Amino acid sequence: MNYSKKVINHFTHPHNQGVIKNPDGVGMVGNPTCGDLMKIYIKVKKNKNKKEIISDIKFETLGCASAIATSSMITDLAKNKPLDEAKKITRNDVAEALEGLPPVKMHCSNLASDALGEAIKDYEKKN
Amino acid sequence: MANAKKIYLDYAATTPTDREVLKTMLPYFNIEFGNASSLHSFGRNAMDAVAEARKKIARFFDAKEDEIIFTSGATESNNLAIKGILRAYQKNTKNIGKIPHIITTAFEHSCILKTCQKLEEEGSAEITYLPVYSNGIVKIKDAQNAIKENTLLISAMYANNEIGTVQPIAKIGKLLKNVNKNRQQKIFFHTDATQAIAYFDCDVKKLGVDLLSMSAHKIYGPKGVGILYVKKGTKITRIQDGGDQEFSLRAGTLNTAGIVGLGKAIEILQKTKGRDAKKVNDLRDYLIKKILKEIPAARLNGSRIKRLPNNANFSFSNVEGESLLLYLDAEGIACSTGSACSSGSLDPSHVLLAIGLKPEQAHGSLRVSLGKYTVKKEVAIFITKLKKILQKLRKVSGKVLQEYYSQKNI
Repeated sequence: MNYSKKVINHFTHPHNQGVIKNPDGVGMVGNPTCGDLMKIYIKVKKNKNKKEIISDIKFETLGCASAIATSSMITDLAKNKPLDEAKKITRNDVAEALEGLPPVKMHCSNLASDALGEAIKDYEKKN
Repeated sequence: MANAKKIYLDYAATTPTDREVLKTMLPYFNIEFGNASSLHSFGRNAMDAVAEARKKIARFFDAKEDEIIFTSGATESNNLAIKGILRAYQKNTKNIGKIPHIITTAFEHSCILKTCQKLEEEGSAEITYLPVYSNGIVKIKDAQNAIKENTLLISAMYANNEIGTVQPIAKIGKLLKNVNKNRQQKIFFHTDATQAIAYFDCDVKKLGVDLLSMSAHKIYGPKGVGILYVKKGTKITRIQDGGDQEFSLRAGTLNTAGIVGLGKAIEILQKTKGRDAKKVNDLRDYLIKKILKEIPAARLNGSRIKRLPNNANFSFSNVEGESLLLYLDAEGIACSTGSACSSGSLDPSHVLLAIGLKPEQAHGSLRVSLGKYTVKKEVAIFITKLKKILQKLRKVSGKVLQEYYSQKNI
């Protein structure tokens, strides 16, 4: 099983890793049995056109290389995006942006878009 | 660590072929290359070399030469042991319609477990899997209680490949000797000794086994060769059809170079076993002590005492094994993990689950296995790097695990 260079890069040097204090939305997915748990924190602001955008995003992940890499990638893909666009990011988008994932990892650890979806849902519930 | 040497701490997976072994093997590829079954001088020279290796190996196990069956390695030997015993049983007309019973342990190597599961599914055998408890050791009492009228075979590994715990093989052997006195159907006893060969007494008489499997590549020999010891009088049939090699128990052209290499590896092992084991044991103890003392939330899996001298298996909380392994690999350090994520399956190690670990503990495991070429400096470097990597990965995972459980409890 080989990971792409991009996966290894995001895995060893993850982007936007950490916690947002007082986040506007939080999403956690996964379970310890599979070995992967992901938590996404978002801050939402309105831009000039009164559109809600993800102004900041961070993640914490317990999991394998592809779980960490997909978490890192989703933060890059979603940052500064309007909520309605961020919602549309799929697992495939994340995998493609990482130049592919090993087939066995496509379903087990590619949960980042789900975690983002949960974070947005959490925000929408509160607002 | 630009030009620094890589550090290999995965001797349980495989070992480098000893230089002496390699040197002994080389002529059998292109000079003495004959087929050992051929009658001409090329063939006879090859067969002489095979016979010489067989003699050394038989001596090592305190066996007779015609009790040593060369195979392609322990996986084949284990398959032959179980399926061969079963087939011989089925061939006996007295047993028509009967389904025999096999006893094994819950944490055998997959080549034993999958064979047993298959036989169970086919309906050709009943299987009992003995529990291995938190220390990773079977209880003689459980083995005794599991024996039934139709029990045909007990197969128990000598030392576990993941956590290194040692099973009471000689005691099971003794138990069966007594049990077999009063039985119509003899219970045969097989042990997969692959991991134990380099460190423990493998005298088949002392162990009381009828069958024993091993692979050359775990003892500084080549890959692709091993043996099945089959005690004289054991009712076993071949499972691979073809020529009459290996006393008609294993068809196929003999792997002369590999067999010669195994013979040499065994010869070296016989001379150096005690010395190497002591050195490796001291290094491993230093490793375990230092890790448990200096790394928070680290646990050693399996019995501290009854384990292979070269094995340490840890669980580290809030990290996942594959991540750990790949970070170490990026630093030039090779270990392995019980988290099967890295080997293509998604389930955590059946061995670690069998000793009662939670899935996340099993996912966060690391196997470190030392060998005769390991030096203290390598172990020290490994520990320093491991500490840094754990800090980093634990920062990435934050408190997600704790939060997951506290949310679940609400």
